[in-house]
Amino acid sequence: MPSKKKPFDARATMRAAAEIRKGAIRAMEAAGSGHIGGSMSLAEMLAVLYTDILNIDPKNPKMRDRDYVVLSKGHCGPALYSTLAYKGYFDPSELLTLNKGGTNLPSHCDRLKTVGIDISTGSLGQGLSLATGVAVGKKMQGIPGKVYAIVGDGELQEGQNWEAFLFIAHRKITNLVTIVDNNRRQLDGYTADICDEADLGKKLEAFGFEVRRVDGHDVTAVYNALLTAGDGEKPTVVICDTEKGHGCCFAEIDGFNHYMPVSHEDADRAVEEIERRLQKAYEQLG
Amino acid sequence: MSNLVDSFQIDNVEMRQAYCDALIEEANRNPKLVVLDADVSHSVGTGRFYEAFPDRAINCGIMEAHAIGLSAGMSETGLIPFFHAFGVFATRRVFDQIFISCAYQDLNVKIVGADPGVTAQTNGGTHMPFEDLGLMRLIPKATIVEPADSTMYASVVHAMAENYGVFYLRTSRRKTVKLYKPGTEFKVGKAMRLFDGKDVCIIACGIMVYEAIRARDILKAQGIDAGVIDMHTIKPLDEEAVLEAAARCGAIVTAENHNMVGGLGSAVCELIAGKYPVPVERIGVDESFGEVGSQQYLQQRFGLTGEEIARKAMIAIQRKGAKR
Repeated sequence: MPSKKKPFDARATMRAAAEIRKGAIRAMEAAGSGHIGGSMSLAEMLAVLYTDILNIDPKNPKMRDRDYVVLSKGHCGPALYSTLAYKGYFDPSELLTLNKGGTNLPSHCDRLKTVGIDISTGSLGQGLSLATGVAVGKKMQGIPGKVYAIVGDGELQEGQNWEAFLFIAHRKITNLVTIVDNNRRQLDGYTADICDEADLGKKLEAFGFEVRRVDGHDVTAVYNALLTAGDGEKPTVVICDTEKGHGCCFAEIDGFNHYMPVSHEDADRAVEEIERRLQKAYEQLG
Repeated sequence: MSNLVDSFQIDNVEMRQAYCDALIEEANRNPKLVVLDADVSHSVGTGRFYEAFPDRAINCGIMEAHAIGLSAGMSETGLIPFFHAFGVFATRRVFDQIFISCAYQDLNVKIVGADPGVTAQTNGGTHMPFEDLGLMRLIPKATIVEPADSTMYASVVHAMAENYGVFYLRTSRRKTVKLYKPGTEFKVGKAMRLFDGKDVCIIACGIMVYEAIRARDILKAQGIDAGVIDMHTIKPLDEEAVLEAAARCGAIVTAENHNMVGGLGSAVCELIAGKYPVPVERIGVDESFGEVGSQQYLQQRFGLTGEEIARKAMIAIQRKGAKR
């Protein structure tokens, strides 16, 4: 049984993040294109959750008292599929079937197709309510386990999220942790230009949440924020400040990296760069 | 035939009262059943459930979209959520949530929409669903039931809890004409064939079943033998009952408290056109929005009456000759 009690090993989690990125890039390379920007900004969150936080068992994916992950920004399926493959839910070679006819890995997460996906997402704004339902259902029946809902900052423009926030805060649903991938960009540009969320943290604090704000690409910071999230009296939101496309060199420099073509050359270059940066980061850790 | 009461009178219980009785009875048997509302528990009549099972009922507040997703998520953990709102807000307002959060991912949510069509009365056009059946019919694998009277609830609520999947119950909350003897059992997907008839068959649901029975009497006085089917399950349609009626009578009239497009009449036409073409006339709301008024006024206003059914029945019968 996995446990969050093992000592945190930043190197191992950084390795996981690198592998998640590489797998997602290879999947999108095989498909020819994909939602690369948001998949990249998620990598550390997924690495920390699946390596250090979640009570899950890839051999028993429907374990009743498991922790749940609801990736409400469902278009970033490739990052989650890569994570699941890395954890052994299915063979990593399956990543290369992304978006091909008959695949188990459609662009947007589908619980009926992919082992390890608990909730289907893709229609933005709906995942947080679904995650709340799982948390409430667990609570009502005394089933252990937490629910981690990952929402995008752009996605928070959908009003249903704010219905959910009101509800979660009012009912103090602490077995649900909301994680915001705050990459500051959406399909058409910067959220600040299109519809600014302004001070998201203050808004959520005013709703009644405990808000933790961290560098979403610092695995140690993300780990520290998530480790005790949901243990207090108030429900927790962890805002992860991230960069859309982070860690994928060709996406980082593209102003419109929400959905991009991915060539073999791009993918090879990006994978090489990910490995180079990881080694450099290891050196810096000493 | 023997299931019908001897004389038709307004029920002495409200539909919502009978519904809540059925819900509580089912919840006593089934510990997984939970209730959710969007601030209409007093209106739709689930208030007593909250008293009976305070730990199994959630009033979400006025947030139907969230409530649908919440219900769907709860069902993933094994619960059986019954979500309640007025019909317009239970369907039209949250169509994508029902589609994606519930049906698309095969979750187990029961949606109860109150005040179908003209029964919304003085709440008027904003609250008067004439399109909910059409919307819900477009959702793959959804089940849709509209009871004609309060007797049906025991069977229907039990079926909702027992059968996995998205279910839409379209239900009036006020007193309606009592049609069935107490204890009558209903099977979802199996129509009640009330009268056989030989000249024309009226296929109706909800409040229009009583109007169909009235139409049968009007036609009888003119020497016409009309059949009546209570098609309480709009989806999946009891195809056998429709095709048998088409073969026996050679003409059909559908009657629904709903837009003429998308609901029962459409379902019957889609079936008949492919499998046994006979003249079909439809009773329903024609390209109009709802408005305020008493139910009686609104039924007249939109032609949802026994008289109108009888008139259309004569047209259907005349068309038989023209066709063949």
